[in-house]
Amino acid sequence: MTEPLSPPKKKDPQRRSPVATLPPRTRSRAGLGLAVAAAENAFRLQTCADCGAVQYPPRDACCRCLSTDLPWRETDRTGTVIAETRIHASPDPYFRARLPWRAGSVRLAAGPTAICHLHGDVGRGDAVRLRLMLDKAGRGVMVALPQTPTPAMEDDPMMRELTAHPRHRRVLVTDARAPEAPALVQALLDAGAAHVWVGEAEAWRRWPGRAGFEGRENVTLVPLDVTDSDSLATLAGEIGGKTDILVNTARHVRPGGVMAADTVQARDAMEVNALGLMRLGQAFGPGMAGRTADGVNRAACFATVLSAHALSPDPGYGAFAASQAAARSVAQTLRAEFARGGLRMTCIYTGPTEDDWHDGLPPPKVAPKALARGIVKGLIDGLEEVFVGDVAQDLAERWRRDPGILERELGDMP
Amino acid sequence: MTILSDLAARIATGAVRVVDLTHTLDPDFPVIVLPPEFGQCARFRMEEVSAYDHRGPAWKWHNLSLNEHTGTHFDAPSHWISGRDVPNGAVDEIAPEALIGPVCVIDCSAGAAADDDFALTPEHIRDWEAAHGQIPSGAWVLMRTDWSHRSGADYLNMAEDGAHSPGPTPDAIRLLLDRDIRGFGTETVGTDAGQGSHYDPPFPAHYLLHGAGKFGLQCLRNLDQLPPTGAVLIAPPLKIKGGTGSPLRVLALVDQT
Amino acid sequence: MIPRAYDGVAVVAPVTVPYVRYSQETAHWWIARALKAALDAAGLGPRDIDGLSVSSFSLAPDTPVGLTQHLGLTLNWLDTVPMGGMSGVAALRRAARAVQAGDAEIVACVAGDANHIDSFRRLLGNFSRFSQDAVYPYGYGGPNACFALLMDAYMADYGVERADFGRIAVAQRENALRNPHALMKSPLTLEQYLNARAISDPIALFDCVMPCAGAEAFLVMREDRAGGLPAARVLATMERHNAFPEDPIQLRGGWADQAAAFWDRAGVGPSDMDLLQTYDDYPVISMMQIEDLDFCEKGAAGAFVRARDLTVTGDFPHNTSGGQLSVGQAGAAGGYLGLVEALRQVTGQAGPTQVAGARRAAVSGFGMVNYDRGVCSGAAVLEGVA
Repeated sequence: MTEPLSPPKKKDPQRRSPVATLPPRTRSRAGLGLAVAAAENAFRLQTCADCGAVQYPPRDACCRCLSTDLPWRETDRTGTVIAETRIHASPDPYFRARLPWRAGSVRLAAGPTAICHLHGDVGRGDAVRLRLMLDKAGRGVMVALPQTPTPAMEDDPMMRELTAHPRHRRVLVTDARAPEAPALVQALLDAGAAHVWVGEAEAWRRWPGRAGFEGRENVTLVPLDVTDSDSLATLAGEIGGKTDILVNTARHVRPGGVMAADTVQARDAMEVNALGLMRLGQAFGPGMAGRTADGVNRAACFATVLSAHALSPDPGYGAFAASQAAARSVAQTLRAEFARGGLRMTCIYTGPTEDDWHDGLPPPKVAPKALARGIVKGLIDGLEEVFVGDVAQDLAERWRRDPGILERELGDMP
Repeated sequence: MTILSDLAARIATGAVRVVDLTHTLDPDFPVIVLPPEFGQCARFRMEEVSAYDHRGPAWKWHNLSLNEHTGTHFDAPSHWISGRDVPNGAVDEIAPEALIGPVCVIDCSAGAAADDDFALTPEHIRDWEAAHGQIPSGAWVLMRTDWSHRSGADYLNMAEDGAHSPGPTPDAIRLLLDRDIRGFGTETVGTDAGQGSHYDPPFPAHYLLHGAGKFGLQCLRNLDQLPPTGAVLIAPPLKIKGGTGSPLRVLALVDQT
Repeated sequence: MIPRAYDGVAVVAPVTVPYVRYSQETAHWWIARALKAALDAAGLGPRDIDGLSVSSFSLAPDTPVGLTQHLGLTLNWLDTVPMGGMSGVAALRRAARAVQAGDAEIVACVAGDANHIDSFRRLLGNFSRFSQDAVYPYGYGGPNACFALLMDAYMADYGVERADFGRIAVAQRENALRNPHALMKSPLTLEQYLNARAISDPIALFDCVMPCAGAEAFLVMREDRAGGLPAARVLATMERHNAFPEDPIQLRGGWADQAAAFWDRAGVGPSDMDLLQTYDDYPVISMMQIEDLDFCEKGAAGAFVRARDLTVTGDFPHNTSGGQLSVGQAGAAGGYLGLVEALRQVTGQAGPTQVAGARRAAVSGFGMVNYDRGVCSGAAVLEGVA
């Protein structure tokens, strides 16, 4: 049984915050493939194209037939724990600070044996559900979980390390005016967030949705404009040291291609979508990345909502897509920078959302509530790449398969 | 003593007071908001280039970004379609002497306090003239509403049917044009009322003034420190090639004697 | 075809350079010490050998090639054996065949490693690609955690208890108390074993070896070159790598499907052995070797050790110097420790740990936990030349 987490005590201001350390980070090129799968909650293992043997650990040639054609394929997620241990001693600073640590040998239904992180509710002899998850170093690791959910299983200390569950955490949502913001705040509170700050740009511009955030318990509207470095510096000065999760919902969407479009709007899109993310990273990144070992509510995740067209543009939204591609690139750099501190950078990709700026588009579109659910699920599952809705998932799949074909297909759209 | 040395001496002693009618350029100062499908007025933004640090050890400076019509600003005739063919209608083309002139201040503060949509009418202007004499040719005319005392959301005062703030009626502007004024200034975000789009012509201050080659000033403050007549206004915009307006420092000289 | 025995080959000059917990010296220094001691014992100089086999984890950036120049050796035959705990058997096997075939006349086999503060952690970090990809990220328990998993499965499958493993550790400590060079110098009781600090369940402190610095060496030469030196013959050897890859977890080593042929080649059987030296990085591995080399049935090693006295004076002398568990694990030299001790035993040079009348010894090696199991298994039978 997992012991449910208690809310953290207030910090002792005389004690040094624990130094963030990382689990071992060195991986082979093939080994990095686990992280790619883990980032999006896939369970892809190398599978021999010639003989079908599933390979683990990742390698460069089939251990059955020597084929070097080892594509990553979604694999049976079940297995059985055949041995377990509780590690009490480790020369590694990261694990030393977290001992004892449980690990086990799991016989995968797909064939190989994997050494796994063991959830507290499983042990030798148990049938388990396997996941590839990202560890604190941003690398993919095998995790053996109970076959069916157990009470408070997400509070297991190992799970707490591997996910960015909002429970007991303090969350900054950067743009209250985003269509998904009300549902997102609710979903974060429902997941146990201790407090949600919601950024409001240009408070001098009245808007009806404001009332939905006012006077709510554990919700505070704060002045925040991602286009204004000063507002970010001021806010980071106030709450940067206790922001455990940041979800950037600020988005500037305008239809129009490139040739006939307006560089003023394009600049606004860049300012909000790309440079805004950069400014957020500059203002909040260092503080969060320095607090990734700071107790139960240690900083865990910096997330941003992106359009799936960050991968390949919809010519109907040329400037917007350009800003999204730029934002994705900024996020990837932040991911590399955050990784050194153990902070996760999560991109939540959405297809067209149900809002004013996608009015003319046919369904399916992503409802604000669905987007909010997707964001919170990504945090709970500890993902780095989340594709919300059918359009985003379809686009990602086509992009993975062949970016060149996708570009041409999107170019032919009416 | 020449006039100018006398003026300089009087400024030095405070006998002539310099009143600053300008708001500080601040990222959080409201700008006009158009329907979102239109290009928007850039907010004032300041990014640090260096601050005596590794980016420049001995100096501090910023890059600015803003619209011609951000903050306390000047509207040139070329700002509006009606003024597009006005000779010398861009800020860089305006003769410098055109930027300085006597100023008349019409106090509408009581009316604006009572009614957010207070309209300046010809009657108000004639009443003012009855008390202070006819508006002279070449005068700046400023509409005092004390709106600059407002802050935050109350300044634009947006509602679902648009902004609500005081401004002139078309006939009021026509009367001012009859008086051959130099330009018209307000404390609100525009020279027109918040609901000015519903007049005929829409945005009469912009449409009529600029069509007649007159200037606009907006987002002014400290109008309550000016006398109804007798002060001199200095309002030179930046010399921007082809510019339709410019943020500026607006100064008034007020004789205290 | 059954390979020919190693006729005409003599193994001489067993040398152990006494171990120390930490040393500021380099692997080059330790290897030179062992080599010189072996040559001194045989009355030879560096120019007299024409073959060298080296095992070491800490020579970098040098390889044994660099060592030839570093030590001023001119050779006809040079071998590197990077097989950890199986290095001694493999070095012997290759050297004996080279000498027998005439590729070399005298081969010095040497293993040694430095142990600086923190060098064990660094060694672990770069041990293998599979370890980096699929072991270290899971708690970084090092080999302890891997063997804990094997031991957990072994105990569950065969009903062996911790006390059974404890008997091996306790007997080895008793042997070590006779060995002045053993790093462990205080007696160990079964109770102490059972109550020891947990390291990685079910492994506790006295299941683990202590990393240290040290070196071991022996010489392989034609019998006619050995003169009057105390010498041993090699009756048989075997090696097997990545045996039973389909086993989901390692409960047996490469000996299991080789033992019958191995004993057949040796012309003797397990019961003819006067002593056994297993590779004891953990007692569970010693048990696997006892079973897989046919000293008992599979899964019966627990009962086997319960029924026997494993000390120097007992009915089944095992790891007579104290083994790595009590002497220390000097890197690759750990893969030589049992073989060198066996050579001392069958040549009557074991001094305080001498098993009375010992003439034949079995030695087994086990090495390189590349991922979830030891990949290399090997064994040899030595017989003293009367």
